[in-house]
Amino acid sequence: MKETKIAVKDLSLYYGDKQALKDINIDIPEKRVTAFIGPSGCGKSTFLRVLNRMNDLIDHVKIDGEVYIDGVNIYDKSLDIVNLRKNVGMVFQKSNLFPKTVYENIVYGPRLNGIRDKKLLDEIVEKTLNQAAIWDEAKDRLNENALSLSGGQQQRLCIARALAVEPEIILMDEPASALDPISTAKIEELIHELKLNYTIVIVTHNMQQAARVSDQTAFFYLGELIEYDRTTKIFTNPAKKQTEDYVTGRFG
Amino acid sequence: MELKKRKQDIAGTISLSVVRLMFFFLVVVLILLLSKIFIEGVSVLSLNFLIDEPRNNMTEGGIGPAIFGTIAVTLLMVLFTVPLGVFSAIYLNEYAKDTFFTRIIRTSINNLAGVPSIVFGLFGLGFFILFIGKNLDNILETGLLFGQPALLWASATLAVLVLPIVIVSTLEALNSVPKSHRDASYGLGATKWQTIKNVVLPQARPGILTGTILAISRGAGETAPILFLGAAFFLPNLPVADLCIGDYCITIVNPTEQFMYLAYHIFIMATQSSNPTQTLPLQYGSTLVLIVLTFLLNITAIVFRYRFRKILGRL
Ligand SMILES: Nc1ncnc2c1ncn2[C@@H]1O[C@H](COP(=O)(O)OP(=O)(O)OP(=O)(O)O)[C@@H](O)[C@H]1O
Ligand SMILES: [Mg+2]
Repeated sequence: MKETKIAVKDLSLYYGDKQALKDINIDIPEKRVTAFIGPSGCGKSTFLRVLNRMNDLIDHVKIDGEVYIDGVNIYDKSLDIVNLRKNVGMVFQKSNLFPKTVYENIVYGPRLNGIRDKKLLDEIVEKTLNQAAIWDEAKDRLNENALSLSGGQQQRLCIARALAVEPEIILMDEPASALDPISTAKIEELIHELKLNYTIVIVTHNMQQAARVSDQTAFFYLGELIEYDRTTKIFTNPAKKQTEDYVTGRFG
Repeated sequence: MELKKRKQDIAGTISLSVVRLMFFFLVVVLILLLSKIFIEGVSVLSLNFLIDEPRNNMTEGGIGPAIFGTIAVTLLMVLFTVPLGVFSAIYLNEYAKDTFFTRIIRTSINNLAGVPSIVFGLFGLGFFILFIGKNLDNILETGLLFGQPALLWASATLAVLVLPIVIVSTLEALNSVPKSHRDASYGLGATKWQTIKNVVLPQARPGILTGTILAISRGAGETAPILFLGAAFFLPNLPVADLCIGDYCITIVNPTEQFMYLAYHIFIMATQSSNPTQTLPLQYGSTLVLIVLTFLLNITAIVFRYRFRKILGRL
């Protein structure tokens, strides 16, 4: 196994009185794709948001336990959340581009980091759009409203926007669930490319997709991590009965 | 079964007809009113009417100073009310937690919109002139300058009056910015203020502008609150003064002067002039000008709101 990028120790999360995550322990390796699967409402998105502290934005959330990224506990009081979120990018289920131009969307993050130099910004735009495999489609439309692009293009633009702040980890919450098969294939291809340089965590409801893109798979059920192993193992020879039932489609 | 259904149908038909009738009645009254004002008012309209001062006991001349005063007061009002209202709304919507205390504040803002405007006038007199103005005069030793009715205090009072409009429409606009856009911004490492400044406010801007315009048209039509605050019966001289830096002088609105006000001017011509029948054509003309002014402002607000909705609809 590669080196551990994210180590989660005894993590529990409560929405008010309701416990949504129970004692999660998991080590996520560097420069690999880790998939989270499980039935709806089992806490996959919640857990994903734990990893870049997006849950902090919700009132009444209480979190116990530790999350180490490169050995640093991100729930330490002295940690700078803004830097954390720059290091841990996120792509959401529904494209959430700003109603601004393609160009403005990409440079949003770099501008927050104080980059003003037009030439540098131009370079970032070209580089990240290439990385997200959308340069050819978008290069002539940089000054158009980003929302005029197709759904699949928008989602790849969201990935490009996340890449522009140069994170090391990218979290993706069902990034292809609203897309057609061709756009989905493009995103999956992209994930394959990106894992050379990035640690990727992806939530998906699509078993085939998890099997295709991921190296490890974690199966969640009712807020618990039931099983976590190499993807081939999870899909061919799971250790737990619940996992087997889920991946073979017997419940969920 | 069948009988019941038919009963409901009849009830539905009757209530629909009643509603239609009421609506029709309303429209007819409105049309009659407006066309009367329009027909009578148009006959006195001319460029001179718009720029001249009233003459001959207000039976001749124009309404220039009143238009000038109205514009000066409402502009100053906007200067006070928009920053205050917008920042209050940002605080309430983005920063304040939902507690008993902030709920009281929200309710109070809505209630403030229902307070009779004469009460605001008395408040302005008591708070701005007698409290702030008098104390300013004492502290700055300016003699009697701020402690008397003046354009400044009229604007401040109207600013308080229209504050709920600005706050409520800003709240609405802030609220309509999708959470997903805020999440995207936070996800890229933006702080709260950066998110508000770069993502929320640009999208809320048309809504804020709509509120501002509605506030202006409300403020421009008020008479009661400014009765005690410097609206003058007759003041042919514009409330301006020369501001000089060295030899270089510019003419600016003097906020410590009294002023004429369109809405108040109509009220005066109709009730206080020595011969209300003689001033009647001028009353119509002034009313027409005031209505057209507020109508134009409202149209602008509607256009903004419409474009805003269309942009949001695409998301
Ligand atoms: N903001 C919130 N406040 C309260 N409860 C929440 C909140 N968000 C999620 N929950 C609850 O926490 C549990 C886990 O939700 P979560 O969104 O993480 O599930 P999920 O596995 O991502 O589901 P899906 O596959 O449908 O996206 C659910 O029972 C949900 O109702
Ligand atoms: Mg989810």
